[in-house]
Amino acid sequence: MTTDTSTRTRTLSVGTLTRVEGEGALHVVMKDGLLESVELNIYEPPRFFEAFLRGRSYTEPPDLTARVCGICPVAYQVSACNAIEDACGVEVDPALVELRRLLYCGEWIHSHVLHIYLLHAPDFLGYPDAFALAQSERAVVERGLALKKAGNRLMEFIGGRAIHPINVRLGGFYSVPSGADMKAHTEELRRALDDALATVAWVGGFDFPDLEVDHEMLALTQPGRYAIENGTVARSVGPSFAVADFTDHVVESQLPHSTALHATLDGGRYITGPPARFTLNSSALSPIARQAASEAGLTGECRNPFRSIVVRAVEVVYAIEEALRIMDSYEPPPRPFVEVPARPGVGHGVSEAPRGLLYHRYRIDEDGSVAAATIIPPTSQNQGAIEADLAGAVSGNLSMDDAELTTLCEKIIRTYDPCISCSAHFLKLSVNRR
Amino acid sequence: MPPTLAVWKFASCDGCQLTLLDCEDELLTLAEEVKIAVFAEASSEMVGGPYDVSLVEGSITTKHDEQRIREIRGQSRVLVSIGACATAGGVQALRNFADVAEFASVVYAKPEYIDTLATSTPASAHVTVDYQLPGCPIDRGQLLDTLAALLIGRKPRVPAKTVCTECKNRGVTCVLVADGIPCLGPVTHAGCGALCPAHHRGCYGCFGPAATPNTAALIPVLRRDGMSEDGMERLFSTFNVTAFTAERNDR
Repeated sequence: MTTDTSTRTRTLSVGTLTRVEGEGALHVVMKDGLLESVELNIYEPPRFFEAFLRGRSYTEPPDLTARVCGICPVAYQVSACNAIEDACGVEVDPALVELRRLLYCGEWIHSHVLHIYLLHAPDFLGYPDAFALAQSERAVVERGLALKKAGNRLMEFIGGRAIHPINVRLGGFYSVPSGADMKAHTEELRRALDDALATVAWVGGFDFPDLEVDHEMLALTQPGRYAIENGTVARSVGPSFAVADFTDHVVESQLPHSTALHATLDGGRYITGPPARFTLNSSALSPIARQAASEAGLTGECRNPFRSIVVRAVEVVYAIEEALRIMDSYEPPPRPFVEVPARPGVGHGVSEAPRGLLYHRYRIDEDGSVAAATIIPPTSQNQGAIEADLAGAVSGNLSMDDAELTTLCEKIIRTYDPCISCSAHFLKLSVNRR
Repeated sequence: MPPTLAVWKFASCDGCQLTLLDCEDELLTLAEEVKIAVFAEASSEMVGGPYDVSLVEGSITTKHDEQRIREIRGQSRVLVSIGACATAGGVQALRNFADVAEFASVVYAKPEYIDTLATSTPASAHVTVDYQLPGCPIDRGQLLDTLAALLIGRKPRVPAKTVCTECKNRGVTCVLVADGIPCLGPVTHAGCGALCPAHHRGCYGCFGPAATPNTAALIPVLRRDGMSEDGMERLFSTFNVTAFTAERNDR
């Protein structure tokens, strides 16, 4: 603490960062009118998944790790399946991979629409929440809820339920839908496409603060289509690398101020998630999704975090179209799953969670038990970039009063749709001006 | 004045409070019938207590949370714990049967920064809980029924029957009898609507034990169907590990 009477110390606290999944804290220190440090505190009461996975059967991680996140359980199930199937040297039938992708489309729709309508849009329109927004624009919120429901119904149809689906297993599914059931659900989903396009137009008309960030971007890629349920690693600056080399490039470290682990890419800051996916893969979008993006002012790349809401809306359009494509060409697969016999070794699995790349690694023992598990969720990968964006915003807006600055910081954090429950608990914002 | 509703989070995945936002057809009506006073995941507005109904998600795993659950209880006329974490400690209660310091050293390079209790416990271990909704996650229908019941002043209906009962009601062929698939349906609390058997999968107990679960009768059947002793222990040791451990009658 300085004793210099000419310096000014101000502390500002906001109890809880709201409209994010989970809670955490932000600590900003300013000295003599200059920014000294920014720390995004993630106080997860740790749940120790990587510790209790040891000794479990190699068949269990899909169900167990789903419980890391109630918003994106399919991401955890699919990355876990990909990793363990890799360890066991099993290729899953293409038709079953398509069904996985279909279930994952449901999660993208539900999670993105939740974030767009219930968590993020109120920031642009000046409401504390979607309930207040509904009082003046009920039809808009109802459109969002109907769209979200379409995603949830798809997850329930393929996965059994929307939160922690029960139908996913190593090698595929416990049961697969009949052709007639698939057709019935196709009609239900087809109606959602108009709502999704209206959503892109709606969020495209929001007023976006000027902000350009230069973080490196990391996303999965697939030939000819937008990567969702698997892919190879692509990045905006450095050379690509194999999924098996992921932890040679992405290194997690622990800082005193956070119980989430911070990740760096070859030592540098980077982002994963919708803006990175769009920037690296926009040419692989469907024509309708690409046109919607272009009409909403998105072309080629997205470097303004505030515009991530537009990317999410575009990805909802894509997920619905992609789901319809899979459903329209569906033939019940000859078997619901491929046998995955245990084999000792190491496996790596990735997929694109709604919030970004989710990596799992497992080492399987001779007896089929998990010897070691590593999970790298999107939010820990984005944490460094969030802090950098906050530092930039604070430095550039020193004239704002504390309340305004706090609101701005909260809005920046929300653009990343951080899933702090993947790793966090209590977010308390304090600005220290010295 | 409409009744006030508060939603609180402790150690959890957010899935049970998300169930409230997943009530797409009822959410806006609910928001008209009650004042949503605290719901950090959905609203930036936070109104001080007291609250007519508090929904509590997640388990108690820090000293601070031990204090917080008491404060919430003090502010709440009716407290409902929702989901396996809040009613049984959740999957993170696997630490209760292990060395939490060793767990921390596996996940964190600097475990000394980690502030955690050695146990993960349900709200009911700390305060009086009025109603409990089981499940990992809870069932949307049970949540809505409970909120409706509290609004009109009747008792919520969360019958402690088994998944087996729901499975028979639904007319699903018994996977245990017909296919020899290990299934916890005979000892697991109802509420999911027999989802797993309907998908040709054995129940894995995510709603926790039903009233007086007869595991002593079930275990020989699981053994008959080829489950190893380790496999059976693991099956009971997931999202409701503490509740099954306490309620099993086979040992």
